[in-house]
Amino acid sequence: MSDTYVPKSAVGKWFNERLPLLDLIYGHLMPYPTPKNLNYFWTFGGILTFCLVTQIITGLVLAMHYVADADLAFASVEHIMRDVNYGWLLRYIHANGASLFFMAVYIHMARSMFYGSYKEPRELIWIIGVFIFLLMIATAFMGYVLPWGQMSFWGATVITNLFSAIPIVGESVTNWLWGGYAVGSPLLTRFFTLHYLMPFLIFALVILHVWALHVPGNNNPEGIDVVKGSQDTVPFHPHYVVKDLFALVVFLIIFAGFVFFVPNLLGHTDNYIQANPLQTPEHIVPEWYFLPFYAILRAVPDKLGGVILMVSAIAILAFLPWLDTSKVRSAKYRPLYKQFVWLFFANTIFLGYLGAQVADGMYLIMGRIATVYYFAHFVIILPLLGYIEKTKPLPKSLSEPVLSKEEKEIIASGATT
Amino acid sequence: MSDKPVTRRNFLYITTGTFTAAGAASLVWPFVDQMNPDASVKALASTEVDLKPIVPGQSITVLWRGKPVFIRRRTPEEISEAKAVSLDELPDPQEDAARAKNPEWLVMVGICTHLGCIPLGQKGEYNGWFCPCHGSHYDTSGRIRKGPAPTNLEIPDYVFLNDNTIKIG
Repeated sequence: MSDTYVPKSAVGKWFNERLPLLDLIYGHLMPYPTPKNLNYFWTFGGILTFCLVTQIITGLVLAMHYVADADLAFASVEHIMRDVNYGWLLRYIHANGASLFFMAVYIHMARSMFYGSYKEPRELIWIIGVFIFLLMIATAFMGYVLPWGQMSFWGATVITNLFSAIPIVGESVTNWLWGGYAVGSPLLTRFFTLHYLMPFLIFALVILHVWALHVPGNNNPEGIDVVKGSQDTVPFHPHYVVKDLFALVVFLIIFAGFVFFVPNLLGHTDNYIQANPLQTPEHIVPEWYFLPFYAILRAVPDKLGGVILMVSAIAILAFLPWLDTSKVRSAKYRPLYKQFVWLFFANTIFLGYLGAQVADGMYLIMGRIATVYYFAHFVIILPLLGYIEKTKPLPKSLSEPVLSKEEKEIIASGATT
Repeated sequence: MSDKPVTRRNFLYITTGTFTAAGAASLVWPFVDQMNPDASVKALASTEVDLKPIVPGQSITVLWRGKPVFIRRRTPEEISEAKAVSLDELPDPQEDAARAKNPEWLVMVGICTHLGCIPLGQKGEYNGWFCPCHGSHYDTSGRIRKGPAPTNLEIPDYVFLNDNTIKIG
């Protein structure tokens, strides 16, 4: 396969000579050298791109029918569900698409943590990724407010009230956010505007994310450097195009399962009750993907402290490349880290479970322990491991770990095949 | 067909491609169809009008499917004028009887057939309707007589439910 794109048609040639756009896309999708041992955890980048595009397209269509006004929003969503042709399908794709987007992004981030993909020279890819994650959180939260059900309203109330924890200017800031003295129409309208804008910002960051990735190339399960164009790499097309597409098909089966069989499983029934500023629902919880952070917020018996800790829980991710002091990337060659990283994943899931429970008694105590462990992983365990852990010897190439003893001897003797 | 034998791979290629294309096409349809008139719009497809308050020589305009519909109780002069026109004089020949089920009542969509403006009543050279946008003249039967409009004003489906009520649509 050639490294540059040679258009077949005269029109293609004319265009490409003036604007080598096709050349650029071709280079990133076709000959791009990729480590030959990437497993299925590496297919989530493609899946996430698909998720983003799906959310943008379905969102665009929903915006044609939705009305961002406190008096009309709830009714307009019911109008989409009952009257608009296939409106139910489009809304269920959009709502479940958000959940699956987060499922995919958490797996994507966990993969990066497990195989040390965030380490030198890929720190910036990771940091851009953290910003994408932040924007995703903001977008998903604002999107959840738009149907103007009880959960929308009280979720918006609780989250915007976080800003009231800021000393001195807190109240002015919240009133500025609300455009009034409580959550209402002005907030709903501005959330709709921002919810529409942010996916495009995410899209721009995704381009930077991929661009930054294609400079050093992909990390791999062994976590070692591979030489581009060596026997350790294969062209992206057809090897990973097909692998990504296959993973996408499996992902779509799960997606369709949610949309067509349990479209409301991940939602909350209270959100089918119109927002009532005079009554808070008995048990208010955020969407499942925010639960770990919600548990951290509630673990602190102080308003400002809780907010600071919750924000730090996300912000600390950006510093991960420097908090992890080990030079070895993959957990495969880090026996201690391998156990701690699994413990970290389990602890985060446990925090999510606690976030869904009533913040009282044992749950509160366990929430505090899990919160302390979450931060300890970043500020104590990771920095120390780099100094005390005895890592396993790294292979010299991607082929080495899978070769038999005889094959290794043949290579060592310098024979050519 | 070439002489090459059909292989298992050819079969897989074609079936996969066909299923992908069919799947993609069926997925695109909801995104197109959502822009079509929805159930709430279709529910408003017919309008009933009480004719009792309208005296001869008076017109009312009602809204049907978001469009204006002219209902005119014509005077005897207007009716005779409309019936007297020879079909040869008309760009879009149509008998007055084909346009008004009951000669006294003229019911038509009040949208100029040129580019969609609403013609003004009892104006123009033929004492019928005149479109201010590009100067189309309609007669007392709503037929185009002069100007750029290609056809007569459209007659919607309607029935007399009784002497004093009609249902449009």
